[in-house]
Amino acid sequence: MGKILMKGNEAMGEAAIRAGCLNYFAYPITPQSEVAEYLSRRMPEVGGVFLQGESEVAVSYMLFGASACGARVFTTSSSPGISLMSEGISYIAGAQCPAVFVNIMRGGPGLGGILPSQADYFQATKGGGHGDYRLLVMAPASVQEAVEMVMLAFPLAEKYRNPVMLLGDGLIGQMMEPVEFPDHLKSEPTNKDEWATNGMDTRGSDKRNLVKTLFLNAGKLNEHNLMLKAKYDRMKREEIRYELYNIESDYKTLIVSYGTMSRVCKTAIDNMKNEGLEVGMVRPQTLFPFPENAVYEAASKESCKIVVSIEMSMGQMVEDVERCVKGKLPVKWYGKCGGDVPTPEEVVEAVKSFL
Amino acid sequence: MGKTFSKPEALSDQHTHYCPGCTHGIIHRLIAEVIDELGINGRTVGIAPVGCAVLIYNYLTCDFQEAAHGRAPAMATGMKRVRPDLIVFTYQGDGDLASIGIGEIVHAANRGEKFTTIFVNNAVYGMTGGQMAPTTMPGQRTTTSPFGRNVEEVGMPIKMAELLSALETPAYITRQSVIKPKYIVRAKKAIKKAFQYQLEGRCFSLVEVVSTCPTNWGLTPVQAIKWAEETMLPYYKLGEFKTPD
Repeated sequence: MGKILMKGNEAMGEAAIRAGCLNYFAYPITPQSEVAEYLSRRMPEVGGVFLQGESEVAVSYMLFGASACGARVFTTSSSPGISLMSEGISYIAGAQCPAVFVNIMRGGPGLGGILPSQADYFQATKGGGHGDYRLLVMAPASVQEAVEMVMLAFPLAEKYRNPVMLLGDGLIGQMMEPVEFPDHLKSEPTNKDEWATNGMDTRGSDKRNLVKTLFLNAGKLNEHNLMLKAKYDRMKREEIRYELYNIESDYKTLIVSYGTMSRVCKTAIDNMKNEGLEVGMVRPQTLFPFPENAVYEAASKESCKIVVSIEMSMGQMVEDVERCVKGKLPVKWYGKCGGDVPTPEEVVEAVKSFL
Repeated sequence: MGKTFSKPEALSDQHTHYCPGCTHGIIHRLIAEVIDELGINGRTVGIAPVGCAVLIYNYLTCDFQEAAHGRAPAMATGMKRVRPDLIVFTYQGDGDLASIGIGEIVHAANRGEKFTTIFVNNAVYGMTGGQMAPTTMPGQRTTTSPFGRNVEEVGMPIKMAELLSALETPAYITRQSVIKPKYIVRAKKAIKKAFQYQLEGRCFSLVEVVSTCPTNWGLTPVQAIKWAEETMLPYYKLGEFKTPD
């Protein structure tokens, strides 16, 4: 199939269907309501489930209930909505159920704004809900990458029996770009009979299944958390994804940037190259697990004197970048948080100001 | 002579953790009897609440999911939408259903989700230690209404069965009790009807069950039954509020 022109939000909805997920529950919120609008028409065509819940809180539990009985499920929302879903996400992670959440970020805190933002980095990567859990977090920088990440998210959620989050921003959701839906990313849902509450008759067993998060015994809860941690450690070994840009040059400045912001940075890097100023970039495609070694190695290059985290938040990723640079170099921040994406010229100016 | 009475197969052999005089055990047994009689244990999934009955899955033998406080109807919605062939029920207390989860239950009922809710109303938060619930009776002392529920400050108790029966969609809404044998017999019939309606593909059904909590009421089991009968039943009237036909 050739490329077609699609809006990011609609493309992500279609990608889920192509990936074999036919169950979508959601609550409208700008700037991602087009996903629900698209799927309200599309799901009936493919015999799937579309349901508009009464709140994001309820939606997160609709996902939980459906996932716990073995179905592939996903939802999409934007920042304030993800805050409300965070309760359910904690339970879903604790109960080890696969589910895919898409956050098309808008500005915050509170109602904030409806323009693009990356201000939910902490929430996504450090835990928006309570307890010791992690999400596998992927950050697309184009509509095509959003499509591919949505399609990848379902088998990854099943591999780890853990929620996966796509952390995009309003621009990814609203922008139209040519996309294709790669056949090789289609996947079959895994067999979940071992744990899913799909009814004993369904799996031909007289052993009942129980999906729960309560462990009243301290030792048992500790064991449960150790087992969860082992999964997150495995993600760190097996799921780190990143892109390097202009990394062969003798750059003095290393940018770390993701999503929409990283695209602007690429243009800025090209422009600076034309002026004779070399700048390299690490673009994390997974924010958890974070590409620790890639950032460390890129910052260890002899020519590199400074690292700049460029993001549409007040420097939420800086702590991770500092952690990876291990004090070898100064780490600076540049960004904006109002919803206006920094221009390439502003990025160039910021990079030069730090030299 | 053959065996005429035995423990339902849907009920496990475990002793319950419930206090003396608590009625959860009776309600669990009624559900188990109904599951046995309808022969649906292998296709039934229960949703356990947050509250004393969170451990209901230790006592019933079908598949179970454990909900967050108040969210069972949303979980049941998700499950029933993707697996309409399963028989799904939520088991919820009054803090769970009438307070933190009132949004979830109203909307699930109004959408006509095809599951069954067993709503245990004992006028108090049980597991957290006897705090005031939306169903606490006027003047009733609890650990957070030490001078008695002041209706001037917090309003009158919520009548959930009446509230939900104001909706057009739900199939079956009834209030029963288990504080006397005659009520238990009727409650069993109502629970069976609710599950039968679900089997027939009819939409949402709810059985409210007026129950006791001697421990948190500070009464003996016998006094608790008397108090429920004299205080709760005149306010929480038993009967069918909505039927499919």
